[in-house]
Amino acid sequence: MKKYSLGIDVGSTTVKTVISDNDKTILYSKYQRHFSKVKETVTEQLNIIKDQYPDAEFRMAITGSAGLGLANSAELPFVQEVNAAFIAVKEKYPETDVVIELGGEDAKIIFFTGGVEQRMNGSCAGGTGAFIDQMATLLGITTDELDTLSMKAQKVYPIASRCGVFAKSDIQPLLNQGAKREDISASIFQAVVDQTVAGLSQGRKIEGNVLFLGGPLFFQQGLRNAFVKTLKLDEKTACFPQEAPVFVAYGSSLFAANSEGEYYTPDQILSKIANGKTSDNVVTGERLFENRAEYEAFIERHSKNDLKYESIESYSGDAYLGIDAGSTTTKLALITPDGKLLYQYYASNKGQPLDRIIKKLKEIYTLAQGRINIAGSAVTGYGEELIKAGLHIDFGIVETVAHYKAAAYFCPDVDFIIDIGGQDIKCFKIKNGAIDSIMLNEACSSGCGSFIQTFAQALGYDIEHFSNLGLFAENPVDLGSRCTVFMNSSVKQAQKDGATVEDISAGLSSSIIKNAIYKVIRAKSASELGNNIVVQGGTFLNDAVLRSFEMELKKNVIRPAIAGLMGAFGAALYAKENSQGTSSIITSQQAEEFSYTSKAFQCGGCTAKCNLNMITFNNGEKHISGNKCEKGAGKKVETGKNCLYEYKHDLIMSTNLKPKDKPKAKIGIPAVLGFFEQLPLWCRFFTDLGFEVVLSSESSRDMYYKGQQTIPSDTVCYPAKLVHGHIADLLEKGIDFIFYPCMSYNLEEPDTDNHYNCPVVAYYPELLKANVPELDEKNFKNPYMDLNRRKHIVDVMNDVLKGYNISKKEIDSAFENGFKALDDFRKNICDKAQEIIKQAREENKKIIVLAGRPYHIDKEINHGINKLITSLGMAVVTEDSVCDLGNLPELDVLNQWTYHARLYKAAEYVTRNKDMQLVQLVSFGCGIDAITTDEVRQILESRGKLYTQLKIDEISNLGAAKIRLRSLMAASE
Amino acid sequence: MSKYPIFNDDMKATHTILVPDMLPIHFNLIISILRNNGYNLELLRTSTQTVIDEGLKNVHNDTCYPALLVIGQFMEALNSGRYDPDRTALMLTQTGGGCRASNYIHLLRKALRDKYPQVPVISLNFSGLEKEGGFKLTVPIVMKLLYAVLYGDILMLLYNQCRPYEMIPGESEKVLHKWEKILQDNFSKNKFMGTAKTYKKILDDFAKIKRNKVKKIKVGIVGEIYVKYSPLANNHLEDFLISEGCEPVVPSLLDFVLYCAINTVNDGKIYGFKNKSTTLFKIGYDVIYSKQKQMIKIIKEHGVFEPPHDFEHLRQECDKYIHQGVKMGEGWLIPAEMAALAASGTENIICTQPFGCLPNHIVAKGMARVIKQGFPNANIVAIDYDPGATKVNQENRIKLMLANARRG
Repeated sequence: MKKYSLGIDVGSTTVKTVISDNDKTILYSKYQRHFSKVKETVTEQLNIIKDQYPDAEFRMAITGSAGLGLANSAELPFVQEVNAAFIAVKEKYPETDVVIELGGEDAKIIFFTGGVEQRMNGSCAGGTGAFIDQMATLLGITTDELDTLSMKAQKVYPIASRCGVFAKSDIQPLLNQGAKREDISASIFQAVVDQTVAGLSQGRKIEGNVLFLGGPLFFQQGLRNAFVKTLKLDEKTACFPQEAPVFVAYGSSLFAANSEGEYYTPDQILSKIANGKTSDNVVTGERLFENRAEYEAFIERHSKNDLKYESIESYSGDAYLGIDAGSTTTKLALITPDGKLLYQYYASNKGQPLDRIIKKLKEIYTLAQGRINIAGSAVTGYGEELIKAGLHIDFGIVETVAHYKAAAYFCPDVDFIIDIGGQDIKCFKIKNGAIDSIMLNEACSSGCGSFIQTFAQALGYDIEHFSNLGLFAENPVDLGSRCTVFMNSSVKQAQKDGATVEDISAGLSSSIIKNAIYKVIRAKSASELGNNIVVQGGTFLNDAVLRSFEMELKKNVIRPAIAGLMGAFGAALYAKENSQGTSSIITSQQAEEFSYTSKAFQCGGCTAKCNLNMITFNNGEKHISGNKCEKGAGKKVETGKNCLYEYKHDLIMSTNLKPKDKPKAKIGIPAVLGFFEQLPLWCRFFTDLGFEVVLSSESSRDMYYKGQQTIPSDTVCYPAKLVHGHIADLLEKGIDFIFYPCMSYNLEEPDTDNHYNCPVVAYYPELLKANVPELDEKNFKNPYMDLNRRKHIVDVMNDVLKGYNISKKEIDSAFENGFKALDDFRKNICDKAQEIIKQAREENKKIIVLAGRPYHIDKEINHGINKLITSLGMAVVTEDSVCDLGNLPELDVLNQWTYHARLYKAAEYVTRNKDMQLVQLVSFGCGIDAITTDEVRQILESRGKLYTQLKIDEISNLGAAKIRLRSLMAASE
Repeated sequence: MSKYPIFNDDMKATHTILVPDMLPIHFNLIISILRNNGYNLELLRTSTQTVIDEGLKNVHNDTCYPALLVIGQFMEALNSGRYDPDRTALMLTQTGGGCRASNYIHLLRKALRDKYPQVPVISLNFSGLEKEGGFKLTVPIVMKLLYAVLYGDILMLLYNQCRPYEMIPGESEKVLHKWEKILQDNFSKNKFMGTAKTYKKILDDFAKIKRNKVKKIKVGIVGEIYVKYSPLANNHLEDFLISEGCEPVVPSLLDFVLYCAINTVNDGKIYGFKNKSTTLFKIGYDVIYSKQKQMIKIIKEHGVFEPPHDFEHLRQECDKYIHQGVKMGEGWLIPAEMAALAASGTENIICTQPFGCLPNHIVAKGMARVIKQGFPNANIVAIDYDPGATKVNQENRIKLMLANARRG
């Protein structure tokens, strides 16, 4: 019998097999997608091997993320996949310095030179094959087409690279604004590269000979180019081996060859796999339906909530058009004055909403043949402004209003609406006929409709078929209620444990529901939601999702038959109610002639440098999108008089004065985190003592990239990540040393239990010292200090500044002046706030207390949300400018952090002012805000105010923020 | 908002006090001590999916995993019908630092408010928080608790050193249970002070376990205290390591006690002040540290097992990498333990942490680079734990770490 080695690599999406001989030559290899049928696919491949090598036996090893479970249950040898790759590289490409491997759901890097080190992406990291698949689905193209498109790109947009969900929320608005698909394709690849470089290198440089492995890198030229370009490689140093797709399987066969393992015939392996015991730790949920009859009763009950229909081909008279240009789908509804539905359309926009809508409008005109007069039109959704401008729609309304209108049509006393769409989960409570509170999903938990869709496609099903599979699943798996990235790995685990596609389908439906109820709504019990619940959004057309929802609530709900169309229907109702008898919508003739061109460019109006997109319509009109403020749209801006954010930012930056004489030394201070409050103190302190303070430059995306390679923890908040760029910037500025103290304690805030900083703000200097190679004891001083203890800080600074010939007395008096400067600064801010409030009241404007942390005045951190608010006609003040006017309400939590104590008082102050609302800015990853947000919400809601939270990260897409703010405006009217 | 029920003296007789699962060996001892003092304590051991579900329902989902599990475990217990809510109280430890953990107790009260407003929550802490109520830590009780930590540590230490090598499966566990019983008995008879004698007997008993001489990879476990110790939180990490043919090395609980004590002393030094608590804690630290030294000395003299790391030496190791002013969460203790493990020959280290743990950005992931510089062979992997993180993902990363270890 001939003896060979066999490697089987079972990844998250594919199965690879390799047979090698004694000379370590590859004799046979195969690469196949498994569509989650792991066992079946492996069996299939083994049968092929059995036929081709009838008289052979194999030493073998299984590898890969989905291989572990298989190997364990079949009791076959296993080798960890990075290790397998390592072995193969040593054999075939010994001159390699670094290996980068992208798989279906994993990204790995191996450093060979200068200490072997192997790394994998953490649990919260996309940027892999599955991510590229998802993005292609979003664009409605195949990954091959994505690749081809990317080669024709002219421009790369910044896309959040951390995880698929984030990237989606960056890409979607670009699509809706009409950015070129070529450019978006290239940007997707660049995001993957950035993710790999930043997430995995963690301070180690990727240089020398780099070997690229894994399916995506083998099949996608555009991705390869992006890597080569970013890492500054060339033909010699970048190696893309022919055997890349099966390379790890090859390594696994080499591992087997070197092992002392047994020899197996293919039959023996097959029988081991067939007889493998599946583990019993799949957590199963409840079945959706026990039997067919139960299902039919359910369908019967829901079919009662339907509209009346009227034929567009025979009707004549007035009609009202509603358009919902959603994030992934486009919806149209045309209704008669008595609410009958003449025409409906619901489909994915394939990234081209404008094209879709104009096509459908033409269809309406054709079908109507001049019998129908469109007497009013309204548009809602992400694409609202573009569609309104392009098609001359009468009204643009915020989504929440549209949905309420529609829901009330079906259930006049509705008190709770939940809408799960492609990208968003939106919930609103209705009280006294008005929207009372709004809850939207955070960027991190969009386990929404498009997730099931992408998943269905990855498993080789269309969405409808896939979700129907779940209806009668025997043992639905429990997949948890986290964000999509986590769900992917939960599904992977369930598959490993032998769950069927039916069970997974049912499990996904239930996950989405749990996500909505417990993460977005944060309900403790079903009765909290309300008595009359209307569900809508395309995702609820899915019976399995609807059933899961009713089961979780233990309550029947109303699902209108047009659940996917509710936004458009609501818009049509709005148009009807507000119509003046005629509509400005483009005519049949104009629709026929309609065309547009789009051009991307960067705004030079301010430092935000927004990526703008200008659409020029055939009539010469232009529409600009992507702008955060009115300036980008080519309009005149009101100066910062209504906004304390900019005033405060400029004021604090201007507190640094150049010393008159030649400075004793140049001291670098990074304009980050706690310094956004303490700068006046330190600038005055050092200048008084004869030093020059050099501040780091203003934050920007480029600044972030500059320090990106030294960030060790990819889940820390963006304000902290930015610090690395500021340090790099300071080091270039020729300073003597950087001063950045560690502070467990912040300044005392009245009425609190304690006055801590959060751990990140308190100790970030320690992390910098340990991870930025250029820093040492000489050029980086991070003394521990408690600013509330004067004698102590004088001693500390005396020590820091020894050698400069300064007496303790001088230090003490410099502190005296410094603290005074800080007091003056705070007083100035409080006075200015009153001025802004007074003026707003004179102009009858609403006032928003945009409450966050001192560092949220950084424009790269707040992404210009303050400007967005002023552009909506409201004034903005900060939490620290009004908190002294608030009384500390009774709290349920330990009030032990200085910055956070201010939030509670500011919230209380807002509740006593009719024309004020509070909007809380929360940086993604801020663990402390998991505590403060619930508390602030309670302070506001228990006193009859609305609570609005905006989560911000490195993403600069303000689409979701805008919807929330407009909903807040609508609700508070 | 507002008033929550307080555990009063009368409740001592009527109420069962539930305690969340963290360190099974230590907690069993502690519970028996408090029982002898008239508190009817019960350790929760539930680890079903319902625990996680209840956690997700009752706590903000971005709160750390330990809070979610502990509160989930309590809510599951109350919902289960096994306990009468009118005769049940809950107990949680509280450290009072700048980390979110100080707020667990408040989050628990929030979770209870609607459904179980009558259930009192007891804070077990040594920093003077929540003084009111009928649960009193008297000096004799505190002494006993300290000894429980010491005995728990030596049992855990020896158990971990024997179990991977035992020839007769289950023998180590037998010895462990035997001693748990003896010690509980000793505590009830107030005969617990004779540490030297007892240690020796324990050492002898464990030394009698038949062990093979196979060389196994030692894997240190450090991290956030709850995830580090609790099998519920870390998906039975120690068992997994043993099944992979490794010896888990888990630093002792006393390290954490010493860490908390010295932080108060350090605060005085760093910020230039002196008060009653800095003085008291210094005395406390010295006493406890001397107890650790005694244990180390006895284990060394006995000559069979590896003693725990000397805490003063651990602090010296720490100073090479991070300032002892970093005191939130497990703070400087994590890099100190990593360095101490590496310095004493355990270079493979798993750092366990709840997903998004704030102090660990700095002290765990943030310090890996410098520790590796100090110990070029150190093989450190940070594993995140979270209700959504899957076991397969975690185990795959640990396996990668072990593959590195086996090659090295």
